[in-house]
Amino acid sequence: MSVGPSVVRDVEGDELVLSLSGDWTVANSAALEATADSLIEPARKGGDAILDLAGVNRMDTAGAWAIDRARAELAEAGVRASYRGARSEYAVLLKEAGYQPIEPPKPTHAPTAISLLSEIGESVYTAGHDLAEGVSFFGEMVAMTVRLLPFPHRWRWTSMTYHLENYSLRSVPIIVLINFLVGAIVMQQGIFQLNAFGASAYAVNLVGVLGLRELALLMTAIMIAGRTGSAITAEIGSMAMHEEIDALRVMALDPLEVLIMPRLVALVIALPALTFLADLAELAGGLLVSWLYAGMTPIVFITRLHNSITTDTFLVGLIKAPFMAITIGIIAGVEGMDVRGSAESLGANVTASVVKSIFMVIVLDGLFAMFFSAVNY
Amino acid sequence: MTDAAPSPPGPDVVISVRGLEVAFGDHMVMDGLDLDLYRGEVLGFVGASGAGKSVLTRTILGLVPKRGGTIEAFGHNLDHLTHQEKLQIGERWGVLFQEGALFSSLTVRQNIEVPMREHLKLSQAMMDGLTAQKLHLVGLPQDAADKYPSELSGGMTKRVGLARALALDPEIVFLDEPTSGLDPISAGDFDDLIATLQKTLGLTVFMVTHDLDSLFAICNRVAVLGHGKVSAVGKIEDLLQSDDPWIKAYFHGKRGVVRAGTRAAPSPAPHTA
Repeated sequence: MSVGPSVVRDVEGDELVLSLSGDWTVANSAALEATADSLIEPARKGGDAILDLAGVNRMDTAGAWAIDRARAELAEAGVRASYRGARSEYAVLLKEAGYQPIEPPKPTHAPTAISLLSEIGESVYTAGHDLAEGVSFFGEMVAMTVRLLPFPHRWRWTSMTYHLENYSLRSVPIIVLINFLVGAIVMQQGIFQLNAFGASAYAVNLVGVLGLRELALLMTAIMIAGRTGSAITAEIGSMAMHEEIDALRVMALDPLEVLIMPRLVALVIALPALTFLADLAELAGGLLVSWLYAGMTPIVFITRLHNSITTDTFLVGLIKAPFMAITIGIIAGVEGMDVRGSAESLGANVTASVVKSIFMVIVLDGLFAMFFSAVNY
Repeated sequence: MTDAAPSPPGPDVVISVRGLEVAFGDHMVMDGLDLDLYRGEVLGFVGASGAGKSVLTRTILGLVPKRGGTIEAFGHNLDHLTHQEKLQIGERWGVLFQEGALFSSLTVRQNIEVPMREHLKLSQAMMDGLTAQKLHLVGLPQDAADKYPSELSGGMTKRVGLARALALDPEIVFLDEPTSGLDPISAGDFDDLIATLQKTLGLTVFMVTHDLDSLFAICNRVAVLGHGKVSAVGKIEDLLQSDDPWIKAYFHGKRGVVRAGTRAAPSPAPHTA
């Protein structure tokens, strides 16, 4: 029922007549474009041209644009083209929805070598900028803590409790599970590898020292960076997108105090608590494997554990936890506040938040390792 | 189909809603609603805030599940569509959402080209050209094409939304409060544009609006939503005669009577008193 667009050429005196017919609609998009292009070529030869629209069955804005573009391009080539026989509504359409000259989009790509160098420079600069931003954010939080310390009623207890439940209680199952598995894996590998030296009993030391000093905390911090850090960035970022943070500011409320502070405090409480549970889970995993895989009774396991670790071993892990929590919270907050209008920016900042948090957690752990060796702790 | 000149509003029904029921939990939003949309007309849709105007629009578009009733568009029952028919109907209607609903990670140009790219076979040059034309139609400058939605004002967002809705030259356009947030001059231009498209293309328009000027200027019929039903529908002159208290208050309230030139002057501000 739909007839494709077509054109018939004719000569009246010294004028070229192009009689258009059929449906000039977007439904015939490919034919529309081709036929409109074919209007231009023959008419270029000179003389005036008439576009006879009497036979046009249907026309929509795309059709009007295509026909009017042909007219405009002919005019550019010095051929005066005019319309004839158009139905009144189509004449309006040709006028209202006619051809618009477009500026070609600006080329955005610099030569590869230059753009490579400039991108390297940019990321170095951004890294420095991020560090400065993080430190200044941290400074603001410290100053705010000191400022708020004498006023317990200004701490947002409800908000803190809510976030604490989310960050700690609701993370317990996954944290306990992964640390139990890590403990079990380290124990199994320890027994298996040390067996060659007849030293498989020392696998208990491995799980005890490695687990309590490093692994339980690292696994927990990385999990929390992925689970909670991303959530904080997404929440704050989506608020920034929808002007909620601006709304707080005009009410003379400090978004850092209202939004970031409760989350940061909740995180600082949650991470050590979770690390403690992670320690237990890790040891439980080790115990189970040593019992089932190496036939070591739990009593023996616990005695050996007693001989290999001290309270300090356990405390080394726990002391680091609040610092990790602050790092994760600061990075998540900075990235969240930095979100701009688009969904893409939200995604980029959440990704950056998680990647940077995990990276910084590991770097920080390395620094702590050096520090504790230096002070013989 | 020898003469497809836009026919005057007539009995040709493009969308027909029968016995529509929509509920959220126990709360019935639509309770046996009937509505017809005729080809080539501009139907204005009014109702109190929260009465469910947007819900009705979204239900017709298939975004909100209904509990009962039937919706037919272009003679197809929307419950029984093949994938192919769904695609075709997607090409035949365009929607302007209340907040624009532009894709935030695409530029204005890319936003308008999305439906063309997905549904049509066109060269990039032609798509760019049609985009320029659509921008001109909705009254935006060409340099807006490379902006991102977050860089646009509310009014510009609406216009880009309309340009995107018109990208495929649809037969029906759904407009959800198109003129809210626009200055009176832009709102007037918007009305003119809709009227032009209706006259030249035979465009059918379903418009949820509170803009009394739009209702008077371009709507062929106005439907009133109340208590989950269309409580009144007809020419605006007929609705003005209605005895329904809500309709009376709507059209003859403080804001309505300006049409009759009898609006009371605002009380003077304190410092001028």
